[in-house]
Amino acid sequence: MIFVFALFLLTLLVITALAIVHTENLFVAVMLTSIFSLLMAANFFILDAADVALTEAAVGAGVTTVIFLSALALTGEREKPRVGGRNIALVTVGVLALLIIYATFDKPRLGDPNAPVHQHVAPWYLEKTPEYMGFPNVVTAVLSSFRGYDTLGEVFVVFAACIGVLFILGVRPPRESLEPRDESSGLRHHLIPQVVGRLLVPFIVLFGLYVQFHGEYGPGGGFQAGAIIATGVILYALLEGEAEALRAVPRSVLLGMVIGGAMLFGSVGVVCMLMGGAFLDYSVLAADPVWGQQLGILIIEAGVGMAVCGALLSIFHAFAARESLS
Amino acid sequence: MIDIGLDILSWILLTLGGACVLIGGIGGLRLPNFYTRIHAASLTDTMATLLIFAGMMLQAGLSLPTLKLLAIMLFLLLTGPTATYALANAALLSGLKPDAETVTDNDKGHAG
Repeated sequence: MIFVFALFLLTLLVITALAIVHTENLFVAVMLTSIFSLLMAANFFILDAADVALTEAAVGAGVTTVIFLSALALTGEREKPRVGGRNIALVTVGVLALLIIYATFDKPRLGDPNAPVHQHVAPWYLEKTPEYMGFPNVVTAVLSSFRGYDTLGEVFVVFAACIGVLFILGVRPPRESLEPRDESSGLRHHLIPQVVGRLLVPFIVLFGLYVQFHGEYGPGGGFQAGAIIATGVILYALLEGEAEALRAVPRSVLLGMVIGGAMLFGSVGVVCMLMGGAFLDYSVLAADPVWGQQLGILIIEAGVGMAVCGALLSIFHAFAARESLS
Repeated sequence: MIDIGLDILSWILLTLGGACVLIGGIGGLRLPNFYTRIHAASLTDTMATLLIFAGMMLQAGLSLPTLKLLAIMLFLLLTGPTATYALANAALLSGLKPDAETVTDNDKGHAG
């Protein structure tokens, strides 16, 4: 039964992908990308990857769509007409697709317990997580402790991406119309979205905090929580206007969150070294190694959440500020 | 006895909800212009949500999942109609007239 459902979702995924390639209206393409992410999230959920599904739904279907839309507001809605070169692209894609299909013949069957990926380190993680960390979500344990270096790298990638976007978009265009957007922006005059939105924003942020601090016991963690909280603030910005959102969470706070989150993660590693352990070995943080691991994971997840939330909101505000200038 | 009754009731609700989604989908494809189409699509936000979630809550019984389903249902019932309203409002503001005499959209770009 689940197999049929997965097949159905994958078919929809292929149809959506073809539609994205086919459409020339970029607005439609953005909406289809959002649908693609949502279908992908459902697929991940079928494969029992609840954490990844939550990330895909929050980042792929949620925040990315908003950022794409704000980018579209700066450019045009229509794709530029193509100028030749189509056959080369078609041949390249065709050859690559055939190669990938050929490669899948060697792939082990879905869920095969003898697949190499289930034989290497995964059994050790599954066995040792309750013993070392004392909580059930193995994904969080792998992400933040066993593979802490990778996550630290990811946080710095987020940090670097945010700085890059701010450098590109933060340049002021040489124009006189630099007065900030007037106060009537946003959906201020639309009573129904405003009332409903105001009702929802606190609950969205609360849910984000729940995802953040419940990550050890259920699906979730810093990445998802950061994206969800950013969505709440973006909703606030859409309702009340961007200026009001910046008054609530100023740019300096956002940049502080990005930098502080990355620094918090790194400094936990340094503290671990100072207390006599290896870099990012949280066991030495407390007298009881299990409690030390939990404390370390709690702190670095908070750092990840801060960095992701700050980066997404900074990028959103960078796009929105450009909109008000043009 | 009560269990079988609840099971039958929940399946009736789930089937009706599924039918509402189907009707909404057919309407979204077949109806002539933008406003009639979002009218059909809004059926999936409201009636189908109510029916399907009521059916699922009966399946879950008195437990934590029921509470979660109730929370999700409230969220969907709040956001769905609001989104439909915002969509219709945006279409009206961008100049798409809800005219009874226009049989089809000539502007495919707005309807997508």
